[in-house]
Amino acid sequence: MRVLSYSPRAWVSVMTLAGALFLWFAATSLTGWINPVVFPTPSETWASLMQIATTGYADGRLDQHIVQSIKLVLLGFVAAAIAGMPLGLWMGRSRYAEAFFNPVFTLIRPIPPLAWIPLAIVWLGLGDAAKVMVIWMAAVVPVVINSFAGVRSIQPQLIEAAEMLGVQRGRFVREVMIPGALPMIFTGLRLSLQSAWTTLVAGELIGAVRGLGHVLTQGSLDIFPSMILVAMLAVAFCGWLMTWALGRLEKRAMPWRTGS
Amino acid sequence: MKGADLAGPKTAPAHTDARRTRAARLDNYPYLRRALGYWGLSIVGLAAFFGIWWLAAATGLAPRQFLPTPLAVAEKFVQLLHQPFAGYTLQEHLWSSLQRYLMGFGLAVALGVPLGLLMGWFRWLDYVVAPLFEVLRFIAPIAWVPFAALWFGTGVGGPVLIIFAGAFPPCVVNAYRGAKFVDAYLVEAARTLGASNRMIVLEVLLPAAMPSIMAGIRVSAGLGWMSLVGAELIVASSGIGYMMVQAQSSINTAIVMSGMIAIGAVGGAIDLLLRKIETLAMRNRRRAR
Repeated sequence: MRVLSYSPRAWVSVMTLAGALFLWFAATSLTGWINPVVFPTPSETWASLMQIATTGYADGRLDQHIVQSIKLVLLGFVAAAIAGMPLGLWMGRSRYAEAFFNPVFTLIRPIPPLAWIPLAIVWLGLGDAAKVMVIWMAAVVPVVINSFAGVRSIQPQLIEAAEMLGVQRGRFVREVMIPGALPMIFTGLRLSLQSAWTTLVAGELIGAVRGLGHVLTQGSLDIFPSMILVAMLAVAFCGWLMTWALGRLEKRAMPWRTGS
Repeated sequence: MKGADLAGPKTAPAHTDARRTRAARLDNYPYLRRALGYWGLSIVGLAAFFGIWWLAAATGLAPRQFLPTPLAVAEKFVQLLHQPFAGYTLQEHLWSSLQRYLMGFGLAVALGVPLGLLMGWFRWLDYVVAPLFEVLRFIAPIAWVPFAALWFGTGVGGPVLIIFAGAFPPCVVNAYRGAKFVDAYLVEAARTLGASNRMIVLEVLLPAAMPSIMAGIRVSAGLGWMSLVGAELIVASSGIGYMMVQAQSSINTAIVMSGMIAIGAVGGAIDLLLRKIETLAMRNRRRAR
């Protein structure tokens, strides 16, 4: 409450959101200015939310869809982080590794992750494996590039000082390279999480038996706008949740970075 | 006293000279030697990539239908240029994709950059728009697909909305940052020197925000291109993504890969073009100073 009473910005935010909700209500339920087939009313949306949360829709309850989607994203994302970070760090440290891997990367990099979806379906079918593969492809590129850039952004004086003091290799990696590259690594992780989430929703839209993308597809097949809206809000909520969690992790991992 | 040792020149000790008679000539050109080493490694890396691909395909380790050899993909690519697949040739698919892309991306830049700038300059607008924007931003652009199809159909309007949804946020955010964090001294100096409001906007604020705006446009160009591909995979009756989906359902891997190559090439070309424009814009700015 203290935040609310002191900051004019928070007040205006609350007022704006309340105003937007009221406008929505006024344009749909109150006046019927917008046809409910085109955009749902608030009460319909609430009813759809209740329906999917309790009895379920598109072969599952809301929590099952959300768990399925987040599970796949995390699988692909973690696998990409595990594979991508060491590769990026190595490429940053050794010019020879950069020379070896960079051309292949330059070749693959411009292909948007969503363009891998048809290939993944041909190779692995419509199941979870294809989605995890596409998410991995989507997530690994930003992780590698940013880890690489992170190592290169370390002040050369730091590296030279460590070398001069005869720091052992393992210790050098642990105490100079990784902490120095960490801010950029997290930038990469944030980018790749975003891209992984978009890719998953697209993959589920194309074919899935469960998951938020599947709810979207089913809603659009049934021409059920309020369910589409509920699914979109759920997509936004999960995206926000994962970004928030990564932000927490970032603070934990870099306690020396206060502020910003 | 080891100080002299550490600062001393790094010359090779004399006793290794005898072992390096043949390589000695290149040793006199350390830059050339390292450059050759890097080039060689790059070529080896590419060769390894295509070699493994070719081996897996040619030896039948992966079935030919699922993994055609690189050469087969290249042949298919060339064939697609004059033989229509899914109704059109490759160029025609690309052209209809590009038309949609330019519309959606153009709309995002035309609306997003001014909105971001105004939000940066007028605090009340920032306060009002920011919370709405924050809520909408987290919706993945692809999640707009059902509404896009419902509102605008699958021809041009639907995909354009999705491209717009992907390309709009970076335009707004970067223009906002560019406008918000202009050095206050610059504005005050201009005002003290008697510049009119219009002059301040056009001659001080806009040039100062330009680098950030250009960076945002480049990010949104990439996101827009990706959203286009997604949109065409799901709702479209022509375009490069549609071609790939058709090829996928008939398990024609060579055409799917040709589509990926075309998408990658066009996406890369768009990025390159914007980079060129960016450096040009920045160069003019420096000259004007």
